[in-house]
Amino acid sequence: MNADVSRFVARDMAPARSPPVAAAGLWRWLRHNLFQNAASTFLTLTGLGFIALLAPPLWRFLVSDAVWHGGPSACVAASGACWTFIAQKLPFLTYGSYPEAQRWRVDVVVLAGFALIVWLLSPRLAHRNLAAGLFFVAFPVAALVLLHGAPALGLATIDTSLWGGIFVTLLLGLSGIVFSLPLGTALALARRSKLPLIRFAAALFIETVRGVPFITVLFLANFMLPLFVPVTWEPDRLLRPMIGTALFGAAYMAEVVRGGLQALPRGQTEAARALGLSPWASLRRVVLPQALTIVIPGIVNSFIGLFKDTTLVSIVGIFDFLGAAEAARADPKWQGPSIATTGYIFAALFYFCCCYAMSRWSQGLERRLRHGPET
Amino acid sequence: MTTRISLALVTLTAMATLAGVAHATSTLDTVKQRGMLQCGVETSLPGFGIPDDKGNWTGLDVDTCRAVATAVFGDPTKVKFVPLTPKDRFTALQSGEIDMLSRDTTWTQSRQSAQGLLFTGVNYYDGQGFMVRKSLGVTSALKLNGASICVQQGSTSEQNLADYFQTHHMTFKPVNFDNADAIIKAYDSGRCDALTTDASGLASERLKLGNPADHIILPEIISKEPLGPSVRKGDDQWFDIVQWSLFAMIDAEELGVTQANVDTMMKSTNPAIKRLLGVEGDYGKTMGLTNDWAYNIIKKVGNYGEVFERNVGSGSPLKLKRGLNQLWNKGGILYAPPLD
Repeated sequence: MNADVSRFVARDMAPARSPPVAAAGLWRWLRHNLFQNAASTFLTLTGLGFIALLAPPLWRFLVSDAVWHGGPSACVAASGACWTFIAQKLPFLTYGSYPEAQRWRVDVVVLAGFALIVWLLSPRLAHRNLAAGLFFVAFPVAALVLLHGAPALGLATIDTSLWGGIFVTLLLGLSGIVFSLPLGTALALARRSKLPLIRFAAALFIETVRGVPFITVLFLANFMLPLFVPVTWEPDRLLRPMIGTALFGAAYMAEVVRGGLQALPRGQTEAARALGLSPWASLRRVVLPQALTIVIPGIVNSFIGLFKDTTLVSIVGIFDFLGAAEAARADPKWQGPSIATTGYIFAALFYFCCCYAMSRWSQGLERRLRHGPET
Repeated sequence: MTTRISLALVTLTAMATLAGVAHATSTLDTVKQRGMLQCGVETSLPGFGIPDDKGNWTGLDVDTCRAVATAVFGDPTKVKFVPLTPKDRFTALQSGEIDMLSRDTTWTQSRQSAQGLLFTGVNYYDGQGFMVRKSLGVTSALKLNGASICVQQGSTSEQNLADYFQTHHMTFKPVNFDNADAIIKAYDSGRCDALTTDASGLASERLKLGNPADHIILPEIISKEPLGPSVRKGDDQWFDIVQWSLFAMIDAEELGVTQANVDTMMKSTNPAIKRLLGVEGDYGKTMGLTNDWAYNIIKKVGNYGEVFERNVGSGSPLKLKRGLNQLWNKGGILYAPPLD
């Protein structure tokens, strides 16, 4: 019996055959993603048409006709981008009028800040609490001393009127982000407080700040403040928009965080209290971690908006990156027809890279928090 | 209620007193104490006030600030430049945030009587003109009836434009922007038929256009625009210093004293040069300065002609002619009182 069966049963596995052409590989991918039906075929072809239309002139403007070397005279008749303009103006676009011999101080601060952010945001690195402490307490103080100067330490004072460029944009964006999240969370909690006075004060602040355009906040901070304080106080011209940005960001952040708090079932707080956690501990260990996780997309959205809003400070005479780009463009030494366009393309690239990095990081964070060991 | 009101009153009084005290000390003392002159300049106007590749401020208005800093400290680098928009320039001066304003500002009666400004002189005589596309076929501003015109908000240009069209019984559509860059962009993209601003501005804005040769500046000059530095009212000594720093540069050009020859000029027998350079008399001391104040300005910043050529004239991309800004004895209207 056994011998009979063995005659019909194959001893070896049949070799795997590749799937039909129509269901595998590139062909399947194309069918599935680009030409699934008439509508998608139409969209694909239209898209390809647009690319065919736009790519050659873009390539010509950005690469083949572009001017890569030389001085201002090289760009006078250029039909492509004038990259040499960016190269020559890069120090100004990066540091503004910060004295050349002292620019290493900016480099140190930016690199240290970047390293701390990476440390803080990478889940695999150890001692992240230490990183948080360094970043939120030690770093701002050290950065201020290094950037502004301390004659006692042999560092010459560099007035903020000389600060400018990418460095000021990063400073405004980062200070806005760092202050708006804790401040916004506090405001959101205050708005849900049981004490009417606190609730009312928080609501008043949020609604007032959200009710006026950012430009108005900047103008108020810039023009009104000096008229109301004695001449000797004279708040710094860079500090004013920094405060304005942080307060404006906080008001929006408060509403985002409040959304997260409201999405959380009451049972969470009640269960935490029933387990004997103090109100503070239940807030810190149970409510906030969950509420903030829910609204990560909203928080990062606010961060990105805030970062881009910092460009508005150029209207109150601060040379942020875009302001510096405008001033560079106005320089009569550089007269080519493509100077302005080149400047704006470079600015767009810079802002896109920063915002895209933030967006990618938030997506990664969401994935980790959703599937990670914590939940 | 009463307590609250009195509390508010006390606070207000305290603030007023503090502010009063701050104003009572002389501007010169404040500047010396700070070790730095704070000067309001434009955010970026080629030839007048703009940061260069290295981020150093350059321009005619900027050098006017440097001259005052040199008169006070003997050092042209002791200036903090505060870039100001047209809207916040007067507030900044009134609030004491800057010691002087040197920012493409036209001397007018209302600014002096109502805004609390005191103009100390004129460092550039300008006038408002128009720029149009050649293809428009317009050769005179009188043919601009019904045109849309780009103009800077809150400037004297806006008022002059309205006056000019009203006088000539013409209509126009204003297209307003609050900074020079926005105006030139709008004009270049075809938002308006003509662009109006001071003639010096037109020359520099024209360089920014896609093809400068396609645009012409019309011959009509429709206004007087004496541009000059200004100070807050109420400090005559400071007014004198700012005023005579500019006059010294103009007198130096008239007397033929230049950055290069100022040291040999110290030995000059011409009494006017002797007084200017502080070899004779106590002209600096009477203003609270040292007697070599004007020597320092000429040595470290230059005379008016040199500053003009370097920033807006033949030594610059703008290539503006001296025109009205030539000395009175050479066909212009530049005239400084004698240093005597």
